[in-house]
Amino acid sequence: MATLVQAIRMALHYGETHLGVKDIFGEDVGPPLGGVFTATQGLKTSWNSPLDERGIIGAAIGLGLSGSRCVAEIQFCDYIYNTIDMLKLGGMQCWSSNGDWSLPMTVMTPVGSGIRGSIYHSHSFDATMTHIPGWKIVMPSNPLDAYGLMIACLKDPNPTMYLKPKALMRVRGQEQIPGEPPLTPEGEKQLKEMIDAPLGDRSQWKPKWPEGLVDYTVELGVGKTVREGDQITVVSYGRTLPICAQAADLLREEGISAEVIDLRTLWPYDWNLISESIRKTGRVLFVNEDTEVTNFGEHLIRRTVEELFYHLEARPRLLAGAFVPGVGLADPLEMASTPQLASITEAIREVSAERA
Amino acid sequence: MKEIVNEGLRLRPKSAGAKLRLEPELLIKIHNNMVKARVLEERLIRMYKQSDGYFWIGGPGEEAFNIPLGLLVKKGQGLDYDFLHLHYRSAGIMSTLGMEPIDALRQMKNTATDPFSGGRNFSNHFSKRAWNVAPVASTIETQYLIAIGSGIAHKRHGGSGITIVNGGDAGTAEGDFASCLIWSSRPGNELPMLIIVTNNQWGISTAASTQHGEKSITDRAKAFGIKNAIVNGNDVEESYLALQEAMNYIRKERKPFFIESRVSRLYGHSSATGCNLITEEEDSLVTFEAKLEAAQILTRKEMDQIRENYNAEMLEVSQKVKQEPLPDGSTIYDHVYTGQKGKYW
Repeated sequence: MATLVQAIRMALHYGETHLGVKDIFGEDVGPPLGGVFTATQGLKTSWNSPLDERGIIGAAIGLGLSGSRCVAEIQFCDYIYNTIDMLKLGGMQCWSSNGDWSLPMTVMTPVGSGIRGSIYHSHSFDATMTHIPGWKIVMPSNPLDAYGLMIACLKDPNPTMYLKPKALMRVRGQEQIPGEPPLTPEGEKQLKEMIDAPLGDRSQWKPKWPEGLVDYTVELGVGKTVREGDQITVVSYGRTLPICAQAADLLREEGISAEVIDLRTLWPYDWNLISESIRKTGRVLFVNEDTEVTNFGEHLIRRTVEELFYHLEARPRLLAGAFVPGVGLADPLEMASTPQLASITEAIREVSAERA
Repeated sequence: MKEIVNEGLRLRPKSAGAKLRLEPELLIKIHNNMVKARVLEERLIRMYKQSDGYFWIGGPGEEAFNIPLGLLVKKGQGLDYDFLHLHYRSAGIMSTLGMEPIDALRQMKNTATDPFSGGRNFSNHFSKRAWNVAPVASTIETQYLIAIGSGIAHKRHGGSGITIVNGGDAGTAEGDFASCLIWSSRPGNELPMLIIVTNNQWGISTAASTQHGEKSITDRAKAFGIKNAIVNGNDVEESYLALQEAMNYIRKERKPFFIESRVSRLYGHSSATGCNLITEEEDSLVTFEAKLEAAQILTRKEMDQIRENYNAEMLEVSQKVKQEPLPDGSTIYDHVYTGQKGKYW
């Protein structure tokens, strides 16, 4: 019963032992810390870089161009903004050279609210990242997908951006990652003893990786229907996805049948899955926690209107983060800044109830 | 385009080159490449002025440094060879490596046949995977960050391949330059990188002296313990020997070396500033030709003939390029991703 962060760690281990990953690096990524969320503990190719986000992205591009596959971490997405032109460059190496160069590289960074991270540890990045062509972008919502999406990124010949929902890092999965110990309290304890670094002196510690880890891949661009329904489609990803599923379960008791789609890959996204569901339900709510103006969900609404207008029975809606400079620290401020269970539930009710 | 050599050059007197530090054959080769690079840039400027391109930027005035650099590069693909992270004043390096001048003209004319970008990028924004030449970007100084990555890969790979990065002096104000110095000199993880700044003392229209208090850019490399040198980039022999020493050091010791090359900017920043000849600055080709003539390595007549031949060939290929097609608008989604295309696919 791995947590999401343990799943990422196991996938990275599989990557460095089976998929040719040679460098996993960033600020505090190597020993002794192994990442501020422990995503890189015990990995043999992990190392600490200077505190220099632009250098990290630049080094990753250079490694990728050299044919050396790497995973670079930006410690919090709040600190990735000064690398925007490097991300632009990463996304255009193939295109600007008219296909001469490929750039296999992965960047991962924690995103979103949920840990009371204050102004500079709560930003989202999906709206900004989906504005940058040339990347494939993923955001998992559970450990199994976290593993499979990382494996997919590590096998892709293009730049991949792996957004880690920090609120879900310690959430345990309901589905077993192939090779991990059994989904029991004993299995959970066993995995922790195997791959979590101990507190205190870690200089002699070595992880004991599960031997049965495999090439389990969640194909990029393929979403997943996590709740089936026929009255409204709810599309989300990352932190807000399990809340949408929870809201759907609650509303089912009220007689509202909501279909919930976990997008998993933001680019390329699974339009077939979305459009088929909207054709069925005639109603759609997009949910994410990035700021609402020029939000990725707005693109999905635009496409919904352009391609599915005559299938709609209600106005398509977007529920996203408030358009404010940051997420305030105090509990009421954070709760008011990003979608929560109450606001998601209410939004589903409203769209479901709107008269055609 | 073949290297144009005057057959009469083989009849030099035995004393030719006696006062120079490089072998006559090498000096002749450098001269030939300098003329080729200069004529190429002049042809590109002419194309711009004749509306056969939207923008020109290049490196006339840097030939005395860039041609020796091109000759010393270990050219090839993969980590056994040098990686080059260049800026947009590097036509002399590319032509010395063997780039066909017509290809630079194709990029200026943004034709579909442009092998570097398929008509997508400005002139002198080269890219060639077969020679480890990473795509040149208009963003100032970002190449110093990307070079870190191939430097790391070179360090791990071993052998004699090195990473070479160049850029201008104005761009050193960007933090990316400092990043390069920091990452290349991490204790125990020093990188085999030749870090070059060609210092022409200008940033478009702004004089470096009005923006920079440091006495030399090498002082910044010194702070990180990086071996360094200031080179008169208008002097062929000094440039060649300094580059040779630096590159030998990097290939053997697998540590960085920094060179500040003081060069001229003979046609201004770009077409945005007129791209007219600036006669107040030293022309390294004129200086070098005077040396060659004084040392009886080449005569004025021979050198004039070489330039005339290149002029004729450049004119011919420019006329050919004018007939070549532009890229089709339907191709804009090609190569957004490796192996995939389409708007949203």
